[in-house]
Amino acid sequence: MIDQKPILEVSNLCTTFRRGGVDLPAVRDVSFSVGQGEVLGLVGESGSGKSVTLRSILGLSRRYGDVTGEVRWLGQDIASMPERKLRHIRGREIAMIFQEPMTSLNPLLTVGMQLTETLKAHTDLNRAARRDRAIEMLDHVGIPSAASRLGEFPHQFSGGMRQRVMIAIALAASPKLLLADEPTTALDVTIQAQILDLILSLADEMQMGVILVTHDLGVVAQTCENVAVMYAGRVVEQGAVRQVLGAPRHPYTVGLMRSVPQNVPPRTQLYSVPGTPPSLEALPVGCAFASRCQNRTERCLTARPTLDAITDDRRVACFNPVAAEKAGAA
Amino acid sequence: MSDISLSESEATKPQKTRLQIALRKPGFLIGVAIIGFSSLLAIAPGLFAPYDPNFIDYNAVRQPPSWAHPFGTDMLGRDSLSRVISAYTVNMQMALLATIFALIIGVTVGALVGYYRGVADMIFGRFVDAIITFPFLVLVIAVVAVLGPGLINMYIAITMVGWVYYARLMRAEVIAQMGNDYSAAGVVMGYSDRRIIFRHLLPNAITPVIVYWMTDMALAILLGSSLGYLGLGAQPPQAEWGVLIAEGRNFITTAWWLSLMPGVAIVLTGLGFSLMGDGLADLLRPRG
Repeated sequence: MIDQKPILEVSNLCTTFRRGGVDLPAVRDVSFSVGQGEVLGLVGESGSGKSVTLRSILGLSRRYGDVTGEVRWLGQDIASMPERKLRHIRGREIAMIFQEPMTSLNPLLTVGMQLTETLKAHTDLNRAARRDRAIEMLDHVGIPSAASRLGEFPHQFSGGMRQRVMIAIALAASPKLLLADEPTTALDVTIQAQILDLILSLADEMQMGVILVTHDLGVVAQTCENVAVMYAGRVVEQGAVRQVLGAPRHPYTVGLMRSVPQNVPPRTQLYSVPGTPPSLEALPVGCAFASRCQNRTERCLTARPTLDAITDDRRVACFNPVAAEKAGAA
Repeated sequence: MSDISLSESEATKPQKTRLQIALRKPGFLIGVAIIGFSSLLAIAPGLFAPYDPNFIDYNAVRQPPSWAHPFGTDMLGRDSLSRVISAYTVNMQMALLATIFALIIGVTVGALVGYYRGVADMIFGRFVDAIITFPFLVLVIAVVAVLGPGLINMYIAITMVGWVYYARLMRAEVIAQMGNDYSAAGVVMGYSDRRIIFRHLLPNAITPVIVYWMTDMALAILLGSSLGYLGLGAQPPQAEWGVLIAEGRNFITTAWWLSLMPGVAIVLTGLGFSLMGDGLADLLRPRG
């Protein structure tokens, strides 16, 4: 998988929003690639730039802010592609699903209309074929009596069912890459597992790459091959899931791993990384994590560590990475 | 288990209840009845008016209401009821023609600036601020003064000022709707901006505009008859409520019915539009 030529290559992606004269650097120098059929996890806490990264890939962010860097899709740069051309890639080759299933469907159109609308935009199927395909997709994502539910409105579906519909719509045109922006965050735990399983089995079946944005490390560990950990708009650690989560090198990743409750006796306080992330309006000159970091040195406050390869596929942005053995114990 | 099957049957219940709820509201029904009947009077006044509204009878000048003339007669002996009825045509036309173009222009401009924002939106914002600083009537009178009196010019004047209010409302509502992911989903699904704006955002955002439109039609009648009263709108001998009130003004102490009856017609029609708008607000509210 890793030897394969990646389908998506993001390099030095920067997204800056401007609010009231102040520049907010939401995403800084993010680079990663996704191969065919690969599942990449993008983790980090709220406001770390995960969603903006995802939205920048498909050109959603450039409407509201300044996006620089390269997003190469099958060799061509889509970051600078005009909307008209990009439209043929959106939905057809790269699809996206959102966090909030309650608002990501148009409340005034039936599920069937919304499904066939995608098909109409991206396929040559005729009316009857579109309807058949819509039923097939609904059936595929596990919606019972799909044919009779085509004429129903989103409000007649539960949250989990709406997310299934969303997935059906996103995958209707058989895209090669799915961007999933916290697709299970708004759902309850049992449904979360079902939806994740669904996304992964469909990805596997369709040989589709997935970028899964989440803040749930358990999900990443179970589902992804590679992971990128984001903090304050930058990737701080990146590599294979087994390595990054098994032996984290960046102090932030270590902190994240320690915050996952494991074998804790009842009524004990859970670990959390001390402090809060810096505001985007006032990012420090040095490492953004320095103020919360236990390995901090003078250098961390004055210079920003770059994301450097420590082994072949492993990158860490830290001057004083946690030693491999020590991290393994954490 | 019985609980589950119960909630399931509830979920699959046919969704006609909203219309049923709206129809059960007496206010909405009364509103629809008033506007329905008013429209009928406007389309076919001849069916309801007992006399020719312009027939002059010098032998029956300023007669008080009677069985022969339920609303009395005016200073030229014309039947007041027939004139009020025949005025429905022009006054209901005002409600429609003075607002429909403002609605269309305003909705389109509002949806576009709300969707694209940017420089156009900033210019629009300043323009709106400038327009709403002036009282509506003063602006309309100013435009009519430039264009000259008459119905067509009045429609043009009201539209030129009125679209701003629709656009402002539509813009705000489109921006609010864009907070929902379905508009972003439309973009990532590869739909054109036109499709996202007009098929997805507009139908979701238009409800408050439609409700405002109902009130605005009432206001248009009020404004139209105000201009008619001032001699800037419909011109005599055209029967129009504002003109009729103006004609009766000189006889207000001796022939009060001349001004009162068209006034009642204005109030009643305005009430009809307001009640209908209120009911439509309930009927059109998007389902959760």
